[in-house]
Amino acid sequence: MLEAEGLVCERGDRILFANVGFRLNAGELLHVKGVNGSGKTSLLRMLCGLVAPAAGEIRWRGENIRKQKEEYNRELLYIGHQAGIKAELTALENLKLSCALNDAGIDDDQAWRALGDIGLGGREELPSKVLSQGQQRRVALARMLVSRAPLWILDEPFTALDVKAVAQLEQVLGAHLQQGGYIVLTTHQNFTLSQGRLRMLHLGPSPESGP
Amino acid sequence: MMGVLRWLLWRDLTLAMRRKAEVLTALFFFVIVVSLFPLGVGPEMDTLSEIGPGVLWVAALLASMLSLNRLFADDYADGTLEQLLLSSQPLPMVVLSKVLAHWLVSGFPLVLISPVLGMQLGLDWESLVILVVTLLLGTPVLSLIGAVGAGLTLGVRGGGVLLSLLVLPLYIPVLIFGAGAVEAARSGLGADAHVSLLGAFLVLALLLAPWGGAAALRISLD
Repeated sequence: MLEAEGLVCERGDRILFANVGFRLNAGELLHVKGVNGSGKTSLLRMLCGLVAPAAGEIRWRGENIRKQKEEYNRELLYIGHQAGIKAELTALENLKLSCALNDAGIDDDQAWRALGDIGLGGREELPSKVLSQGQQRRVALARMLVSRAPLWILDEPFTALDVKAVAQLEQVLGAHLQQGGYIVLTTHQNFTLSQGRLRMLHLGPSPESGP
Repeated sequence: MMGVLRWLLWRDLTLAMRRKAEVLTALFFFVIVVSLFPLGVGPEMDTLSEIGPGVLWVAALLASMLSLNRLFADDYADGTLEQLLLSSQPLPMVVLSKVLAHWLVSGFPLVLISPVLGMQLGLDWESLVILVVTLLLGTPVLSLIGAVGAGLTLGVRGGGVLLSLLVLPLYIPVLIFGAGAVEAARSGLGADAHVSLLGAFLVLALLLAPWGGAAALRISLD
């Protein structure tokens, strides 16, 4: 279970959001909504442990995530709004590398299959810099197909994807929830879930920062 | 654990091999700066061998600083640094393996080529041996200290200048004892004390810099 309580995010002397809390159970997806600049990405990075909350606490399986850094990281898959892939490495190398960095190494067969499934068949061994924006995005998303991490935190996963890829991604998300996974994501696009429960969290402008 | 660090090392070395220009920059800089001195100062062997140790060490120091701001900047720009922070290994270990890769690419080649340049400046055999030993001990210290500075100046505009201001004062002891060791060997005084001190610097930097670098990265990415 992922719980957050009384989270406050400060950027400079502005308060982006205050008193944000939720509780996410297995098989649930939390859709974080809000206008541009409302702190969605900051909240997701906070949930990953990259940003320290100004106040409040995030607990994973009942324990504060700051006390279980590496163990927490092993259970976490984060895809930020930058793809986080190396332009000079091939799609195959990128995928194997990002899995290995999380102690979840995969063999060549798994990597080839995942890249084929996500629609990069025939491009596995091209340097990522020659791939299009959407294809680079797919290289990052291929990690979801081979990931064993229960908690997925996805920042705008649907960006730059075509209709078919979006449908495929929806399926992958559904399958993960069905297996008892947890997902937190932000997106401005509409999406449908075949399985799992959908929850919403709305980040509004906090009262202090009004004009 | 070693698996992850081996992958990280493989990654950085592969990236370096695919961007050869960057690797060669530091090496060429070193060679060119040292080669310019005989042209500027004049060909008298006595003068050259007297300034040789200092010239070689200053050039090595500047050359290893040249690529320092790239240590984390590329990973920061494409988002892979966030992924490294979220890897299942302690961050100081990640920093250490990145520093090791950086040294192998930009420090170790300087050590290998230094005897040739030393000969060019008329250093004798014994001085050359000490030169290689001190660079072997000293350049990793430069990379380790540099990692802390590179982490702190990440994402700062004009970070390159700030980085130099941050790390140069910390480089000075290494420079003094490195160049001093070669000078002592040249004048027949024996360089043992200097070399031991450089070794101590290396041990100290190995112990502290990975933690300092990790803390710096956490601050920069917060």
